[in-house]
Amino acid sequence: MLAYIVRRFFLAILTIWAITVLAFIIIQLPPGDYVTSYVASMSASGSGVTEGEILALREQLGLDQPIYVQYIKWMGLIAQGNFGMAIEWGRPVRDVIGDRLALTIVISLAAIVFTWALALPIGIYSAVKRYSILDYIFTLIGFIGLAIPGFMLALVVMYVGFAYFGASAGGLFSPEFAEAPWSMDRVWDLIKHLPIPAIVLGLAGTAQMIRIMRSNLLDELRKPYVMTARARGLSETRVIMKYPVRVALNPFISTIGYLLPYVVSGSIIVSLVLSLPTVGPLLLKALIAQDVFLSGAIVLMLGVMTVIGTFISDLLLMWVDPRIRLGRQ
Amino acid sequence: MAEPTNGVEPGTTAAEEKIAVATQWQLMWWRFRKHRLAMIGALVLVIFYLMVLCADFLAYVDPNESEAQRSLMNPQPIHWFDDGAFKPYVNPLEGTRDPKTFKRVYVPDLNTKVPIQFLGHGFPYKLFGICPTDIHLIAVEGAEAEESLFLLGTDIQGRDLWSRLMYGTQTSLTIGLVSVAISLLLGIVLGGISGYFGGIWDTVIQRVIEILRSIPTIPLWMGLTAALPADWSVIQVYFAITIIISLIGWTELARVVRGRFLSLRQDDFVMAAELLGCSKPRVIFRHMVPSFISHIIAATTLAIPAMIISETSLSFLGLGLRPPAISWGVLLQDAQNIQALAISPWLLYPSIPVVIAVLAFNFMGDGLRDAADPYG
Repeated sequence: MLAYIVRRFFLAILTIWAITVLAFIIIQLPPGDYVTSYVASMSASGSGVTEGEILALREQLGLDQPIYVQYIKWMGLIAQGNFGMAIEWGRPVRDVIGDRLALTIVISLAAIVFTWALALPIGIYSAVKRYSILDYIFTLIGFIGLAIPGFMLALVVMYVGFAYFGASAGGLFSPEFAEAPWSMDRVWDLIKHLPIPAIVLGLAGTAQMIRIMRSNLLDELRKPYVMTARARGLSETRVIMKYPVRVALNPFISTIGYLLPYVVSGSIIVSLVLSLPTVGPLLLKALIAQDVFLSGAIVLMLGVMTVIGTFISDLLLMWVDPRIRLGRQ
Repeated sequence: MAEPTNGVEPGTTAAEEKIAVATQWQLMWWRFRKHRLAMIGALVLVIFYLMVLCADFLAYVDPNESEAQRSLMNPQPIHWFDDGAFKPYVNPLEGTRDPKTFKRVYVPDLNTKVPIQFLGHGFPYKLFGICPTDIHLIAVEGAEAEESLFLLGTDIQGRDLWSRLMYGTQTSLTIGLVSVAISLLLGIVLGGISGYFGGIWDTVIQRVIEILRSIPTIPLWMGLTAALPADWSVIQVYFAITIIISLIGWTELARVVRGRFLSLRQDDFVMAAELLGCSKPRVIFRHMVPSFISHIIAATTLAIPAMIISETSLSFLGLGLRPPAISWGVLLQDAQNIQALAISPWLLYPSIPVVIAVLAFNFMGDGLRDAADPYG
């Protein structure tokens, strides 16, 4: 069991390292370097930069050195919690991302909770009452949910909200709370605004989860032990809930690991359409403005976040499934 | 249980004989045919790809011709019958400015009828890229199609949405195929190495797959596509996007290939071939590949819709294909502005083919997956 945790842990570290390399590539890819775009934006805004400042900046960032040295330096800065400056904002990247990253996590978690809360009971129902009318309806909804990309659903929600209710369905806060400091009222306001983004974001995943749960449980229900339980006179709820559902849950939990990157990815585009204050719109702006340090930091943060999430789901799976806990796979 | 139903009663000796001599592909076809949704999906896809081949023929005006005077025209209904006879026509739309809101509004001129002509003359193009012609499926008689025909309305720059949708379909559906081809190549080679040779190769490739799959794809793609040089041509961007999308897409296919190799490696016929002294390539390509090629086809079909959605999402963000390229995502970019969308809901029409195509691929893929193992 310990060996398994250690192995997973090292894999997570390896993945984070791979993500830092990818984020660094993203920073390096656009022509020119950070300083050229910094100088360009500074002179565009009217405040000139002296030659001395340019040189100092280059030296501080090590841009005159070979690429692997630059990578190591960048890693060193990140280790100190310094992600560089967000050019457009004229503030450190850390300050710009701050709250938005937390809100991204909140929305992703809300979407996953929604997915689970819906997919579990529907999946169990569909498997137990196979070929019933409701099963067909759920299957149909599932297929449609699978075929509609999140951003399209978001567009439709926005359109309906705007055209028929005259209100914006987007945003995460009411106007009076948008810039307010955190308080209980603001949290409550956030909770009230969460359902729409969570549903939009979670629908595709829900469709997939229902299908997985349904087919897993169907496989289990065919097994002889279910018949034995029934023959012994257990109540129907007990027959189904006690063992088959438990076993069918395993692959379900292992998919959270894959669900998380998927939801985080989706939240980027959905946030843009619903104008949510997450890192999504920030990333798009940063990429278009070639604000490389900001975009690199966001890609890095999102990557690390999903890796940690995946690691937690691995631990969870181990806790639920004794076969993994005992080292057999 | 592959029971043929074509004319022969199942259960009779003739039917059994028929199964006994049928090739694997025949069995699979029989099985696939029974999956009704998959057949519908396949039919829809055939129609879609015919549209891809004949996009120029189906469009009736040049998709890039813009005209500010025709901005955001609403879709125009076709009147199919004139005086009880089948004679389709449309009423031309006249643009005026609303004196209160200053919005451009279009009113049909009910006194004039512009007859629609099938297989009429329009803008010149090359059919299949070779034969120069100017015949289009839809044209109008006695007027310019640009000025009188707006089946799905126009966008902000006054470009005809129907014609743009035809070209967008061409781009979006081929981009899915090209990306899947690249992914398939990577997936078969790497998955094959991983599954057949095992050992250290397997460990390394599996770890790479795990790492790639735990990275959130869209931010990664956004970063990579944003770095594409702005002066690249449409074709260069097109191929760059396919490669970027395939960067993650191959992992799923590699997983399927590896799984198949692993299970087949233990099979008796593979051991027999090895014991008979067959070379490794012969064992792989002559004996193993034919027995799982059908699974690969099914997995590939199921991978295409994800690629189509990826391209659409990226282009929607303005990071994928860029105008003058036309794709479903590029068309949907116009729908990003919610105010514009509220006034002109037809800007959302390009999302309908996306959903239909993705569903069709999913249904057909499901049917293929069931059919891939006709003995099961």
